[in-house]
Amino acid sequence: MTIPTLTSKDAHFDYVLRLGDDALILAQRLGEWCGHAPALETDLSLANIALDLIGQATMFLGYAGELEGKGNDADKLAFHRDVNQFRNCLLVEQPNGDFGRTIARQYIFSTWQYLLYQQLARSTDPRLAEIAAKALKETTYHAELAAEWVVRLGDGTAESHERVKDGFEWCWRFVDELFSVQPLDPSIVTSGVAVDTATLRAAFDSALATTFAEATLPLPKFPRPVLGGRKGHHSEHLGHLLSDMQFLPRAYPDAVW
Amino acid sequence: MYTTEMSKNPARPAAPSEAPELVAAFEARVANDEFIEPKDWMPEAYRKTLVRQISQHAHSEVVGMLPEGNWISRAPSLRRKAVLLAKVQDEGGHGLYLYSAAETLGTSRDQMIEALHTGKAKYSTIFNYPTLTWADIGAIGWLVDGAAIMNQVPLQRTSYGPYARAMVRVCKEESFHQRQGFEITMKLAAGTPEQKAMAQDALNRWWWPSIMMFGPPDDNSPNTAQSVRWRIKRETNDELRQKFVDVTVPQAEAIGLTVPDPDLKWNEERGHYDYGAIDWDEFWAVVKGEGPVAKERVKARIDAWEKGAWVREAALAHAAKQASRRQKEAANG
Ligand SMILES: [Fe+2]
Ligand SMILES: [Fe+2]
Repeated sequence: MTIPTLTSKDAHFDYVLRLGDDALILAQRLGEWCGHAPALETDLSLANIALDLIGQATMFLGYAGELEGKGNDADKLAFHRDVNQFRNCLLVEQPNGDFGRTIARQYIFSTWQYLLYQQLARSTDPRLAEIAAKALKETTYHAELAAEWVVRLGDGTAESHERVKDGFEWCWRFVDELFSVQPLDPSIVTSGVAVDTATLRAAFDSALATTFAEATLPLPKFPRPVLGGRKGHHSEHLGHLLSDMQFLPRAYPDAVW
Repeated sequence: MYTTEMSKNPARPAAPSEAPELVAAFEARVANDEFIEPKDWMPEAYRKTLVRQISQHAHSEVVGMLPEGNWISRAPSLRRKAVLLAKVQDEGGHGLYLYSAAETLGTSRDQMIEALHTGKAKYSTIFNYPTLTWADIGAIGWLVDGAAIMNQVPLQRTSYGPYARAMVRVCKEESFHQRQGFEITMKLAAGTPEQKAMAQDALNRWWWPSIMMFGPPDDNSPNTAQSVRWRIKRETNDELRQKFVDVTVPQAEAIGLTVPDPDLKWNEERGHYDYGAIDWDEFWAVVKGEGPVAKERVKARIDAWEKGAWVREAALAHAAKQASRRQKEAANG
């Protein structure tokens, strides 16, 4: 298939990796809740989101492997890259913390991802447009579910209010990264392949204001951002996540599972 | 089994205060293979036995999420990860249907969970064994879900309507799980020498606990007769166990694995496999809570429940606030 743009191949690959890695790493985190969530119903909801994200990761990473052209499939990219080759945002690799922090992380991510996929569904790269369009429905549901929980926890009890507030406090420094593009090659945006996420910020802030008003939570003063995920400079957490996730394929490199 | 009677004090058949004509009518309906529904009259002992059996089944589904959940983060491919996560999620769903079925008998989910946490309620002994390698995920699907199907297919026709209907949904998914587990094992058995050894080791460790799941032999299973009469159970422990052995041994042979029982051999006369003596001391020790990871399993459930208390309280508090806001709006509007 031909890509209808003049963007450099590396930048294109790098961009699709970001999309896949975001989904993969967050799915991995959500999977940690399985069997340990506050109630069976929440256990099932978190697993649902994780499953959707694994599906997205599989599609994006599979496509990334094709763009890279070195014969790597989605599994090869997921299980055989080292930490500095991952391109996910720092938000998704943050440890789960308590349910309040998990919901705060999910709310920020899914609200952003929903806005992103809305635009990406119109990408000039038909493959990306197709994946985003397909994933938009489930992402809408993730964003709604997370928003409902933010309201429930914010409005619920004094303890839940504090806990979800603390959860957001942990996450605010990673929000700016979501909206700064820093592509390898600016033409990936100008050609219409990638979404200029800076343009999504106003809609994100307005969604946040609506949810927080209903949740009786105070709007944040965003702290100095922590950046780096998009160029492979991660938190200390990601290496541990990968050593767990990648253990089998790395211990038995000749095996097929 | 998920539903094996593990109580040493079986329920008494009829309380003296129960009107004999009601009991007789009930017994006749059951004997006639009619479904008993929540609003129907039923003997207290039937209700109690069912609550114990269904809640134990529900607990088994939920505790059963833990050994397999142990490998979600380490599944060796994206497809295996998704399939495993979906499987464990199914088990959680089974827990939900079953708690709901048990609730129709007048016991709340919270009460049942409390009984699990205090050790009053049991769950299947099988989940007190650890999952040490990826091959254990194959073995559990193949053997444990396989055994669960043997037990649960007849329960689709059990006498209590809500339980029977829950079993219909559950059984469909369990057959998927069994095939997926067998497929994992088959792939390992056909893989590298290390993978094949992993699969054999898993079969070695899971075989005996799996056939113990069906519960004590019939001559030492005090409740079987009554449960069969009440159509709460439709086949005896030994009948189900034999069925499982007969189906599973050829599957192991087909993929080149060896069932770890030197006494196992086909008995032409009986038309069944003969198998070696089961270590019932081990079974009863695990029932008593002495399984290798029993403490870890119960602790994980209690931790999840206690750490999640504030979330459940918040959801209730928010729902109550919303209801009162709606009331106020209605009054003002
Ligand atoms: Fe199940
Ligand atoms: Fe199952």
